[in-house]
Amino acid sequence: MIDSELKKLVYVYLVRYAEEQQDLALLSISTFQRALKDPNQLIRASALRVLSSIRVPIIVPIMMLAIKEAATDLSPYVRKTAAHAIQKLYSLDPDQKEHLIEVIEKLLKDKSTLVAGSVVMAFEEVCPDRIDLIHKNYRKLCNLLVDVEEWGQVVIIHMLTRYARTQFVSPWREDAVFDENSEKAFYDSEEERRVDQSKPYIMDPDHRLLLRNTKPLLQSRNTAVVMAVSQLYWHLAPKHELSIITKSLVRLLRSHREVQYIVLQNIATMSIQRKGMFEPFMKSFYVRSTDATHIKTLKLEILTNLANEASISTILREFQTYVKSQDKAFAAATIQAIGCCATNISEVTDTCLNGLVLLLSNRDETVVAESVVVIKKLLQTQPSQHSDIIKHMAKLFDNITVPMARASILWLMGEYCEHVPKIAPDVLRKMAKTFTDEEDIVKLQIVNLAAKLYLTNSKQTKLLTQYILNLGKYDQNYDIRDRTRFIRQLIVPNEKSGALSKYARRILMAPKPAPVLQSAFKDRDRFQLGTLSHTLNSQASGYLELSDWPAVAPDQSVRNVEVVEPVKEAGAPALSKSKPAKSNEKFYSDSEEEEEEEEEGSNSEDSSSSSEESVSESESKENSDDSNKSSSSQSEKSSSESDSEKKKKTLKNKKLQQQKPDSKDRKQKNGNAVKVESRSESESGSESSSSESSSESGSELDSDSDSGTDQKKNTKPKPVQSKPVIKVEKKEVSLLDLDDFSPAPVTTPKSSILSPNLLSDLQGLLISPTASALQASSPVFVPETSHELLHRMTGKGLSAQYRFTRQPCIYGNSMVSLQLTLSNSTDQALENIHISEKSSTGQNIHRFNAIERLEPQASVTVSMGVDFNDSTQAANFQLCTKEDEFSVSIQPAVGELLLPITMSEADFTKEQGKLVGMNESSATITMMPENVSSQSVNRKVVSVANLGVIPSGQENIYRFAGKTVSSGSLVLVSVALKDPDAVITINTEKTVMGSMLLRQVKTALTNSGP
Amino acid sequence: MIHSLFLISNAGDLFLEKHWKSVISRSVCDYFFEAREKAVEPDNVPPVIRTPHHYLINIYREKIFFVSVIQTEVPPLFVIEFLHRVAETFQDYFGECSETTIKDNVVIVYELLEEMLDNGFPLATESNILKELIRPPTILRSMVNTITGSSNVGETLPTGQLSTIPWRRAGVKYTSNEAYFDVVEEIDAILDKSGTAVFAEIQGVIDACVKLSGMPDLTLSFMNPRLLDDVSFHPCVRYKRWESERVISFIPPDGNFQLMSYHISAQNLVAIPVYVKQNISFFETGSSGRLDITVGPKQTMGKTLECLVVTVHMPKVVLSANLSATQGTYNYDPVTKILVWDIGKLNPQKLPNLKGSLSLQSGAPKPEENPSLNIDLKIQQLAISGLKVNRLDVYGEKYKPFKGVKYVTKAGKFQVRT
Repeated sequence: MIDSELKKLVYVYLVRYAEEQQDLALLSISTFQRALKDPNQLIRASALRVLSSIRVPIIVPIMMLAIKEAATDLSPYVRKTAAHAIQKLYSLDPDQKEHLIEVIEKLLKDKSTLVAGSVVMAFEEVCPDRIDLIHKNYRKLCNLLVDVEEWGQVVIIHMLTRYARTQFVSPWREDAVFDENSEKAFYDSEEERRVDQSKPYIMDPDHRLLLRNTKPLLQSRNTAVVMAVSQLYWHLAPKHELSIITKSLVRLLRSHREVQYIVLQNIATMSIQRKGMFEPFMKSFYVRSTDATHIKTLKLEILTNLANEASISTILREFQTYVKSQDKAFAAATIQAIGCCATNISEVTDTCLNGLVLLLSNRDETVVAESVVVIKKLLQTQPSQHSDIIKHMAKLFDNITVPMARASILWLMGEYCEHVPKIAPDVLRKMAKTFTDEEDIVKLQIVNLAAKLYLTNSKQTKLLTQYILNLGKYDQNYDIRDRTRFIRQLIVPNEKSGALSKYARRILMAPKPAPVLQSAFKDRDRFQLGTLSHTLNSQASGYLELSDWPAVAPDQSVRNVEVVEPVKEAGAPALSKSKPAKSNEKFYSDSEEEEEEEEEGSNSEDSSSSSEESVSESESKENSDDSNKSSSSQSEKSSSESDSEKKKKTLKNKKLQQQKPDSKDRKQKNGNAVKVESRSESESGSESSSSESSSESGSELDSDSDSGTDQKKNTKPKPVQSKPVIKVEKKEVSLLDLDDFSPAPVTTPKSSILSPNLLSDLQGLLISPTASALQASSPVFVPETSHELLHRMTGKGLSAQYRFTRQPCIYGNSMVSLQLTLSNSTDQALENIHISEKSSTGQNIHRFNAIERLEPQASVTVSMGVDFNDSTQAANFQLCTKEDEFSVSIQPAVGELLLPITMSEADFTKEQGKLVGMNESSATITMMPENVSSQSVNRKVVSVANLGVIPSGQENIYRFAGKTVSSGSLVLVSVALKDPDAVITINTEKTVMGSMLLRQVKTALTNSGP
Repeated sequence: MIHSLFLISNAGDLFLEKHWKSVISRSVCDYFFEAREKAVEPDNVPPVIRTPHHYLINIYREKIFFVSVIQTEVPPLFVIEFLHRVAETFQDYFGECSETTIKDNVVIVYELLEEMLDNGFPLATESNILKELIRPPTILRSMVNTITGSSNVGETLPTGQLSTIPWRRAGVKYTSNEAYFDVVEEIDAILDKSGTAVFAEIQGVIDACVKLSGMPDLTLSFMNPRLLDDVSFHPCVRYKRWESERVISFIPPDGNFQLMSYHISAQNLVAIPVYVKQNISFFETGSSGRLDITVGPKQTMGKTLECLVVTVHMPKVVLSANLSATQGTYNYDPVTKILVWDIGKLNPQKLPNLKGSLSLQSGAPKPEENPSLNIDLKIQQLAISGLKVNRLDVYGEKYKPFKGVKYVTKAGKFQVRT
């Protein structure tokens, strides 16, 4: 095998240069194709990853095939990779779009959190307009959201925002919209108003679901997620709920400079619409001298937006500090901001003006220039009262050198020359002297001033004007020459332009509208917040427009999914329904009680979705409390079952009945079990089935024969017993068997005696950290298959096979018990067969006593115990004879690391409720038709794993319970059938074991055959 | 999503490029260089730059620009957050994230970038998973590797990516099980000339170093959780438990990580642990100025102030400083115009003072604004908000771990205006 690091680097190289060296790249394809079939999911995934990254058009069909195959892979990780590959193939060959959409459609149905983010990404890239594909998956996506990895969350939230805007009606009621900013209502359309008036608004439960499920993500450490949720609330939530995003957004301001930049931009847009949101946090936007310039200006922008009558004095005081800043660009921006505040809040206009006038004597030119420009704008609004300011500016004129400021003052003089009739001509006189040295922009204003004065005060300025016009005529700049020529024609009456000069006064002295000082973020709300387009304030390629709310909500039923809740139609008490409801909440719901509280607390708006949940919740509660009910329904069910299935019924189903609470015949059963061992197999089989079919509800008799056959089944794979067996051990095993058997059904009968409340209290006590309090039971099924430990060829004639007995180990509580069959196929006796002392690898192994002598062709069965420590790591040890040592290893299947336990159905549900979130793994499979019968499900599950069958109150739901051998953690398996699919759910603290077990159960149930 | 990544040093050297889709010529960076030149200070480079065909989103960290090339609409924070995650991963792997370390470990860098993104979409960003895929370099290992020719790539295939707890490795084993928590609070404040707080708030983080075997399930509770106003958690924390019970329940990642960050509600008055008496003045004539700063303790809850540093960004016209400090050392860098006065531990009996004259560029007008002072300090064994950890419980594992909690208060963005 090549060095794996080298391999990785080769991949990096290959992908980088494949496009340039297509022929060479093609040589590698077959290797990857082979790896796509590898049993290891990680290898399959990385093969697909590299294959799909090779940008060579020739292999498009191969990629397509690989993607289709990987999309149905059992491993969610491979399916995730397939979702990534979709985008790669699409960018390589857009013609494949239709086929790819099919794959996307399939993957969207996937219930794994691993896949969700990636497939939505592919959806956004390939077919963002196919909103119809989302309908059926909408609720699932909402529910999975908290558990999806953070990058996937961002993509899903953005997609759901767009989706929601097309599917729900606006939650923004007219009266609630914009109390503060009434001039232009945001997105407030005619239709909406009509809808509002016609009937009170009720939020679609799916709309509420989205809002509720995204809310916890505001606490994410990932800033992109927080921003995504914030924009979702901004675009979708009723206005009065919007305030919850404020804190989180302000929190992001503590993050890196770049994050601040984006967040501040978004806050700036928001603060224009709704200043109330951020007012309490105004101080968080105070500028520090160490901030980067673009951060400073954004903060300034926000402070300006937030300013109102109450806060303006604080803000202005703060601004005063900023004006003195060493960063002159920032100081100039502050002056602009003061101007904005002055126009927006009329109370402070005078204060601001006076402040600005003071700044005119500032030493810094940029500050002065900016002040002049801002004053000019302010004065335009109310010139008459401020002639003294104009005079003051005229006085300062000589000291001001910045052209823009000089031009502004000249313009002011000309515009309001009637208010300062004495000063204006004097200014013009001075300008006439310096005209040739001025900047172009100033020259233009001199010409303007001259023209205006000529019209209002021609007596004093006629000659000056003509002089200036003459200077202008020969200026180097063509603009000035043009302007001069135009002005001359306009104001100086002559025969050619008689008509126009009559209107000269009206043209030049027309009242001019005051400029509106407004935020640069005013029109940014046309883009969805948090997007690149919003940041750039222009549409980026690939930007998807956020549509307006529909006037009338589209059909809600499109989102209904029948498949998700298979139990609904079953008619049985909806016990198992609590399970999907709980898995909705996933990670964050820790116990039923909590959830209930929340449900009760939730407001009436989300009635339908929450009521659905709470109903299931209360049902399950009821069910768990009221064991009578469940047991009665159970017996009903079992009778009907036996009706329909009649003689086809086999062992596993009966075992299920055996565990029913009617266990007064326990002792008898045990006695029976011993007896039955002696019977012949065929006999007992026929007998039991006939007795079954004849007596429909005679449970006593029934369970007798059941246990009989069952025990038979258990003992059947023990033909080894006929061979020489070490006697003592065998005896012990059988003793244990009995011991274990008796207390098994103890928990259930109790429940009928205790009052429901007390019972549930007790259950609560019992359950906590370990499951050791739960009763262990005997294995339901012991597989007869033996695994080879040592082949006779390698063992020089000694062969060894091992088998999991599935009994509690007598050597230690945390050990898995094994039966070893050693055979001697040589023609000499083997001596001193034992396990070497020194060898074992970490695991604690209880060795069998050394076998002194094994005769030729004889075999011996011994038992041993291995503590696998709840891991499937192989136990390695040395099997020794007198002469030789053989290294052997035992690799346990995950199902063998369990011990079955019994519990009541109510206990099971209760426990399952505690083991949700990360402790839960589930998968949906398609069942082979021959597997759907109850007995075959039971048989398949117990053959894979050593689990106890829990009596079930419902058809189509099968429950199994066990605990891990070493740590005693609970392992709960439930299979919910829904033709033709089945949902397997495994709840355990040992998540690794859980996922491995899930895989095996899945394989077992999807394979046909026994 | 993310098309390409370029790493550019502060000096303008493009020293690493990586493409996840087709190759984009590095000439696209010319637009970045243009913006960089215009901005003068590296901090002022706009994070998002538009070019005719692409968009450049960049971050500046540890004197390196991480410039990513984007072709289509994408949430900019998504990219920015990811780039920071890349920088953090480098830091995690190489101890520091600098041009030299990246160049020294270029193979690992490429391997990491390959694993972190697939087709521009983040794939594995959890440090626990990455470390299983690619082992971080150590001096010992790199020596052994050179001798034996073995590699840094993990031999075993990682399972973390497949589990429902992606942040934790399976099969963690330690001989001594330890869990340490550092409660670090930072005071952000702006004080005005007279020493009154214009703005003050407390932000805190809880950093954890958890080295526990197996799959422990931890619960951390506080004496006074009501203090916490706004919180954000590592993905491992169960948010529902926090909402209902105000305890932090989680299965921790292995090793170092930030468990949560929080904000103390604004109602609580912030204790300002230090006061500054300052007098900075520039004279109209003679091109000189005077500086006099005294620092003293205010509300320190009986603890000592440590690592006290005063930083002053002087106006451009200040050429040199001729000062004397009664405690600590001062240093004025005439290029960056930054005066740093490192005081160290504060002795309440004898308050440290820095006094002397400043010389200005002759002929230049005197600066009209006095520079503001940035204060850095540290108080051990104190969380200034009064937050206290109540207890830590371990479920799911049998051993008794060694537990420890440390409190530190620091100055965050602590500025005194003059």
